Amino acid sequence: MDDQRIIERTTVMKDIKIAATNVNVFYGDTHAIKDVSVGIEDKAVTAFIGPSGCGKSTFLRCLNRMNDTIDIARIEGKIELDGEDIYDKRVDPVQLRAKVGMVFQKPNPFPKSIYDNVAYGPRIHGLSRNKAELDEIVEKSLRRGAIWNEVKDRLDQPGTGLSGGQQQRLCIARAVATEPEVLLMDEPCSALDPIATAQIEELIDDLKQRYSVVIVTHSMQQAARVSQKTAFFHLGDLVEYGETGHIFTNPEDSRTESYITGRIG
Amino acid sequence: MTDATITPVPSPPKTPLTEADPRTKKRNAAEKRFQYYGIAAIAVGLFFLIVLMVSIVRSGLPAFTQAVVSVDFTLTEEQYDEAEAQLFKTAAYQSYFNAVLREELRERGLDVDFDEAAIERILGKTGGTLREFFRANEDQLGQPVSFELSASSRVDGYFKGRVTREALQDSRFLQQSDLDLVDALADAGIVFSALNWNFITGADSGVDNPGGAGIGASVVGSFFMMLVVLFLSLPIGVAASIYLEEFAPQNKFTDLIEVNISNLAAVPSIVFGILGLAVFIQFMHLPQSAPLVGGLVLALMTLPTIIISTRASLKAVPPSIREAALGVGASKMQAVFHHVLPLAMPGILTGTIIGLAQALGETAPLLLIGMVGFVARGYPDGFVAGFTDPNSAMPAQIYTWAARADVSFYEKAWGGIIILLVFLLTMNAIAIILRRRFERRW
Amino acid sequence: MALIFNTVEFFNLYPASEFFTSLSWAPSFSGRGGSSELGLLPLLWGTLYISIVALIVAVPIGLFSAIYLSEYASSNVRSFAKPLLGILAGIPTIVYGLFALLTVGPLLVSVFGDGGWLGVSWQGGGRAVMTAGLVMGIMLIPFVSSLSDDIINAVPQSMRDGSYGLGATKSETIRQVVLPAALPGIAGAILLAASRAIGETMIVVLGAGAAARLSLNPFEAMTTVTAKIVSQLTGDSDFASPEALVAFALGMSLFVITLTLNVIALYIVRKYREQYD
Ligand SMILES: Nc1ncnc2c1ncn2[C@@H]1O[C@H](COP(=O)(O)OP(=O)(O)OP(=O)(O)O)[C@@H](O)[C@H]1O
Ligand SMILES: [Mg+2]
Repeated sequence: MDDQRIIERTTVMKDIKIAATNVNVFYGDTHAIKDVSVGIEDKAVTAFIGPSGCGKSTFLRCLNRMNDTIDIARIEGKIELDGEDIYDKRVDPVQLRAKVGMVFQKPNPFPKSIYDNVAYGPRIHGLSRNKAELDEIVEKSLRRGAIWNEVKDRLDQPGTGLSGGQQQRLCIARAVATEPEVLLMDEPCSALDPIATAQIEELIDDLKQRYSVVIVTHSMQQAARVSQKTAFFHLGDLVEYGETGHIFTNPEDSRTESYITGRIG
Repeated sequence: MTDATITPVPSPPKTPLTEADPRTKKRNAAEKRFQYYGIAAIAVGLFFLIVLMVSIVRSGLPAFTQAVVSVDFTLTEEQYDEAEAQLFKTAAYQSYFNAVLREELRERGLDVDFDEAAIERILGKTGGTLREFFRANEDQLGQPVSFELSASSRVDGYFKGRVTREALQDSRFLQQSDLDLVDALADAGIVFSALNWNFITGADSGVDNPGGAGIGASVVGSFFMMLVVLFLSLPIGVAASIYLEEFAPQNKFTDLIEVNISNLAAVPSIVFGILGLAVFIQFMHLPQSAPLVGGLVLALMTLPTIIISTRASLKAVPPSIREAALGVGASKMQAVFHHVLPLAMPGILTGTIIGLAQALGETAPLLLIGMVGFVARGYPDGFVAGFTDPNSAMPAQIYTWAARADVSFYEKAWGGIIILLVFLLTMNAIAIILRRRFERRW
Repeated sequence: MALIFNTVEFFNLYPASEFFTSLSWAPSFSGRGGSSELGLLPLLWGTLYISIVALIVAVPIGLFSAIYLSEYASSNVRSFAKPLLGILAGIPTIVYGLFALLTVGPLLVSVFGDGGWLGVSWQGGGRAVMTAGLVMGIMLIPFVSSLSDDIINAVPQSMRDGSYGLGATKSETIRQVVLPAALPGIAGAILLAASRAIGETMIVVLGAGAAARLSLNPFEAMTTVTAKIVSQLTGDSDFASPEALVAFALGMSLFVITLTLNVIALYIVRKYREQYD
């Protein structure tokens, strides 16, 4: 109810990690994102919610230029990471993605051993000098992915042989291993049971101490549990963005309210 | 539950995003290199294609022309009677011809002399041709008749650059001095290159007459074989596909058949040839070298192609059409034959044409059933009659020429390839047009 | 059936152990009598050697063009280059045979032969393992390329996304994620290509030569199973002599070898497809 207070908290307490201004995305003729501006905080979890097809994934993929891989996608507007325009011509998306990692909705382990899956990022980015260091990175990442205890005895087995929940945690460990500054997660729990979900939520909570985390979710409860800020998308518009507690208890827009209470979506 | 022990990793020195760090530069260079490999691979593939095409066209086009000598020749009745009265009749004609040729040269102010032997080396024995003509057309006596006589294959080669002055060694076939005469005749416009119709319509001519070799007879042979292939493999292939796709129960047995069909498609063609030899010729005593046998073997080979494409196009017909037909009370049979099959027809035809095109170019099995080394005599009446009379086929004819010792036949082989490729191109173009025309999206 | 019958008849006339183990191939010409040596091994060696040369040419070129076409090329380039490469696949093998005999053979001799550009005299005549292998490789390029293309396209996009999301470049993604994922399928494709090469006839009949040899020199003429089938059956020997019947045994061996390769290859490819369905 007290708008002032919220804005104060954002600006005073946290830095803006990613600032998007007037972003528009088109898939051919489809206008998927309409003039969205948002500031994503460092060392905090931001949740994107909204009905299916409203453009959450699309916007998320803009943040590390994953949309570059889609031929028909066209992006307008400005997105800055630490004050640098990531769509600058000189920016190498490869270098950007090392800083802005991504975890996908469907677990997608590589057809390699568990070890090699996690070591993939560090290897291509040259984060380790020798085998011992790499071993250390792999172990630490798997621990942070909350899966170390389950796989430590079978690191040389294929990652595709794990269960769905384990695969997803492996993918999170894999993303963490490259030491990104921002971690984008597109519905990371949609394929998981409640226990695995709880583990991942705990993990996210832990990750926010060091990273800025953005998570897309269809679960209101999850958004409420893990995030500090929430953005509600509807038909390509950013309808409302603010403190999670505020959005869930006291939404300003009627569309937000009806979505949260289950009337649309 | 979090068993994370967070020890801060020394993060790499921070570089602005707009500046590539050394490692990224190296990786991007590797990326570029990798991309170049891909481009290089495609370029190499296309380069081979171009080399192949250029060598076909360059070596094959000369087969369509032939150096000819054109002379207006008048034979009076007296000369005719006189020649017929002699012992060496053709020699008499030849000397008439030579006299006319001399006269012709003198008229054009060219002062070259030649002996009879030189003319014979250049033109072969002309007397026989002349005599045959006048004996058949006695009414032409006393009138000027324009003759176009093919030059010998070496002179032809000289015209096409295959035989050069420097490389030519005097022999009983051609001598250096003859080339002077040829040059003079060419200057006078008496010898020139003309379209070689005989190559397109004629028959093979035997080992020692490359000039007269034609591919026409084997085109007819190929055509007969294609008829056999079409009338055997299309009905059988379509029937088998309809059964497999629409009626057959899904069980281990049909599964096995399915696997076998795709394996059959990959059996080397030569194995089909041996099979054909053993079954059709050795066992059933069908005649060797016959288009019927060739067609049977090729039909066996085409069957899998037709079955595979027919099944694909049957599959592409959406089930809703079948259900609609069944829903208005059609029997399963009626549904398939009245509704599904017509819709699948363009796809089936396309597959059939492509299968036929493959069969048309197939050579190896034909070698085994004796469709090589065969020289059609009495063309065009002798063998066009039927499927069981010996004949050659285009690819087999090309092989026959390529395997001969006389290099002048190579040109014919390349020329034959051009004709073969024109047929294949046409068939594929028809297939593509059919597909475009009837392409349907459900 | 007839094939088996004739094969059995051959083994009645000629000991099977000799056929499979003898290191020499020296048929006596029919009618003149005398004993022939009809060993499969020298022919098999020629066949394998030529096929290996062909695969060495076709696999890298085919695979790299498939990678380029499916991962890098714009749709314009694709719709232009794919059918062009496809033409190579539609050309009948007799054309390749002639190409080997009359273009590539003399060309290789002018490079590697006596008084050639390289100043070496490795190659004596146009017909050689190299000639046939090279041309067969050209023939197989589109075959390898289109099969690999299908297989690479079957690798799910999500796997590529995973790699890009970690900041991998396209080539890193292809080499370390896409190709390992596609490996079984590509192996199957290469086996299919090998079976094609082994069964190929016209190119070797015209390009490889007629001498059965157990040699390592790729510039020497060698002969293959298929070429010998043709030469044993196109003479006018009678069907009852071992010299003619051996062709049926050769054909049977060829059939068994290619069939085995195909069955294995199709099995691998099928398994691979199911994995991503
Ligand atoms: N690759 C694409 N090509 C064309 N249109 C696309 C593509 N990806 C997404 N779209 C369109 O963009 C709009 C937004 O899609 P997006 O995937 O961002 O939705 P979302 O909010 O993530 O939905 P969900 O909750 O179901 O994942 C949709 O209308 C979709 O059809
Ligand atoms: Mg989504």
